[in-house]
Amino acid sequence: MNSTNPDFIDPDVQAHITIENLSMAYGDVVIQHDLNFTINRGDIFIIMGGSGCGKTTLLKHIIGLKRPATGNVYFENDNYWLSGPDLQQKIKRRFGVMFQAGALWSSMTLAENIALPLSEFTELHAAEISELVSFKLALVGLAGHEDYYPSELSGGMRKRASLARAMALDPEILFFDEPGAGLDPLSARRLDELILELRDSLGTTIVAVTHELASIFTIGNNSVFLDTDSRTMIATGNPLKLRNESTDPRVRSFLNRGEQ
Amino acid sequence: MTAQHNPDFNSMLEFNNPNPVTLNIVLKGSWQLQNVLPPVEPVIRKLSSSLQIERISFSCAASTSWDSRLLIFLSKLIRYCDENRLQVITDGLPAGVRRLLDLAASSPTIKATSQRGNNESLLSRVGSTTQDLVAGAPDALRFLGASLKSVARLVTGKAQYNRAEFFYILQQVGPQALPIVSLISFLVGLILAYMGALQLERFGAQIYIADLVGIAMVREIGSLMTAIIVTGRTGAAYAAELGTMQVNEEIDAFKTLGISPMDYLVMPRLLALVLMMPLLSLYAGLVGIVAGIIISVNVFDLSVYEYYQQTLRALNFTHFAVGMMKGTLYGVLIALAGCLRGIQCGRSAQAVGQATTSAVVTGIISVVIAASVTTVMLQKMGMYEFH
Repeated sequence: MNSTNPDFIDPDVQAHITIENLSMAYGDVVIQHDLNFTINRGDIFIIMGGSGCGKTTLLKHIIGLKRPATGNVYFENDNYWLSGPDLQQKIKRRFGVMFQAGALWSSMTLAENIALPLSEFTELHAAEISELVSFKLALVGLAGHEDYYPSELSGGMRKRASLARAMALDPEILFFDEPGAGLDPLSARRLDELILELRDSLGTTIVAVTHELASIFTIGNNSVFLDTDSRTMIATGNPLKLRNESTDPRVRSFLNRGEQ
Repeated sequence: MTAQHNPDFNSMLEFNNPNPVTLNIVLKGSWQLQNVLPPVEPVIRKLSSSLQIERISFSCAASTSWDSRLLIFLSKLIRYCDENRLQVITDGLPAGVRRLLDLAASSPTIKATSQRGNNESLLSRVGSTTQDLVAGAPDALRFLGASLKSVARLVTGKAQYNRAEFFYILQQVGPQALPIVSLISFLVGLILAYMGALQLERFGAQIYIADLVGIAMVREIGSLMTAIIVTGRTGAAYAAELGTMQVNEEIDAFKTLGISPMDYLVMPRLLALVLMMPLLSLYAGLVGIVAGIIISVNVFDLSVYEYYQQTLRALNFTHFAVGMMKGTLYGVLIALAGCLRGIQCGRSAQAVGQATTSAVVTGIISVVIAASVTTVMLQKMGMYEFH
C-alpha cells in the first residue's frame, strides 16, 4: 500500500483511483460516456458540472453503489468491478463517504452511528471506541453531542456528524457529495478548511462532488468537468488553471459564473 | 361577488386604429382580477375580422394595475400574433411588463419527458404492468436467495447485526401486537361459536361447539387472522422503515461501509417474525377458545367444565403443531414481502407509500395462497384426521 510503484515517473504522484472508459446509464438512457481520468494520492479532486449532468451518479459508480454500463474503476491496481466480494470489501474499508443529506442511521444516536463501523471492523474495546467517537465528534465541532439522534440536529450538524462517521475508520479516501449544499457561508467555509486540514495532516485523498465555485477554487487541486449536453467530460485538471486557461467556452463560462 | 364572477371585461379593453394597418389596444382599470383570467378571444375576434391589420400596439393609462393575469393575457395574444405573422409593438406597455415578458420568452421551452404520468392507452398500460410484474420476479427470487445466504451467515455466526435493535424489533412485533390480536381473535371466536352453535343446536349437538371452535381456531383461523393483522401492522412498518432508509441513503451508507443490509436490516426483522408468529398464532387460538366458552355458557347453556373437557378431547398435539407451523410460514412470507418492498423502494415520499401498500398486498396474497396450499397438502398427506 505504501510502497512506491516503480512504474511511475514521479514518485510523489501516485494514481489512487483511475477511471477508464466509464459509461453510466439508467436502463437505455446514457447519463455520461467515455470518462477517463485519474485521481492522485493526496488530491482534492472536484467532480463538477451543471445540475443534472450526473455528478452524483458518477460518485455512486466510483464508490461501488452502481455498476458501470461499460468501463472500469481502479483503486490503485485493483479493478473494483472485476474483484471478488472479499477484495471489494477490502477496498470499501479503505474509503469513507459523506452523503448529500448525511444519511445517518436514524434509529441510532450519533455515538452509535460512529461506533458501528468501529465495532464491526476493529477489535477495539467499548471504552476505546467511545473515546474515539468523542474525538471524531470533537474534530467536526460536535463535541458533547454523542447522545443526540440525527432528527434532533440541524442539517449542517447532520452533515458534520456524517463526516465524523465517514472518518471513523481513518480511511485513505473520503468522498463528499455536495459538502457545502444547505450550509451557511461560514459553515461551508469551515467545512472547506476541515477538508484541507484532513488532506494536509492525514494525507487523505478527497473526492468531492460540488458546483460551488468558492469551494471549488479554495480546496480543489484537480477536477473533472462533466457536460450535460454532450454527456461526457470536457475538461480535467486544476480548476483555477481551467478557469484561466481552458480553451472550451463552456468550462470558462461555468467557472466564471457566465461572465467571460 | 357578481363583479368577481362576471367582471366587465369590455370596460377594460378599448380598440382604436391610429392608421389602417395598426390596431391599438388600450388597457384600462384593474388587471388584478381574483380567480378569473381575462379572455383573449375578443381581441382575436377583432384581429381576425379585419384583414388589413398588420401590427398591434398597446397603450395603457397610468392608473392601470396588473399582475400575472395581464402577463398571461399578453403572452397568449403574442403567441396568436406570432402564429399569424402579426407584428407586436410592446412600447406602450409598462416597463415591468415588458421585462417580464422578455424574461419568459428568453428561456427555451424544453419538452422534457417525465418518466411518469404519460397518457398511455388502457391496453398498453395493461401490457406494461404485466411486463413490470414479470420483470419483478427475478428480483424477488434474488432477494429470497440473498436472505437464505444471510440465514446461513447468521447460523454460522458470521452475520453482523445489532442485538439491541433486534430486541426492540422483537418487542414491537410480539408483545405490542397482543391487544389487537386479542380483540380480533376473540371476536372471530365469538362469531364462529355463535354461527356453529346455531346449526349444531338443531341436532341437539351444542357440545360440539367446543370441537368446532377449538380445532378451527388452533389449527387454521388463529394463525390466519394473526397473519393478516401482522401484515397490516408489521409488514407495512417494515416496508415503511426500510423505504425511508432508502430515501435517506441510509441503506447506501451501509453498503459503502461493506455492511450487508440483508444481515443488518432484513435478517433481524425476519427472525423476529419467525419467533413471534407461532406464539401469536397459539395465543390467538386460545383467545378464540375463551370466546367459545363465553358464548356456550351464556347462550347455549353448556357448563364451563363440559366445554373444557370436550375441548381437551377434540384437540391433539397435531392441531397445535400445524397451527404454529403455519404461523411460522406466514411470518416468513410477511417479513420477506415487507423487507423486499422496502429495499426496492424508490427515492420519494410517494415511493414509500407505494412500497407500504405493495408490502401489505403482497403479504396478504402470499399468506392466503400459502394457507390454501398447506391445508390441501396436509389433507393429502393424511394429517387432517379430526380424532
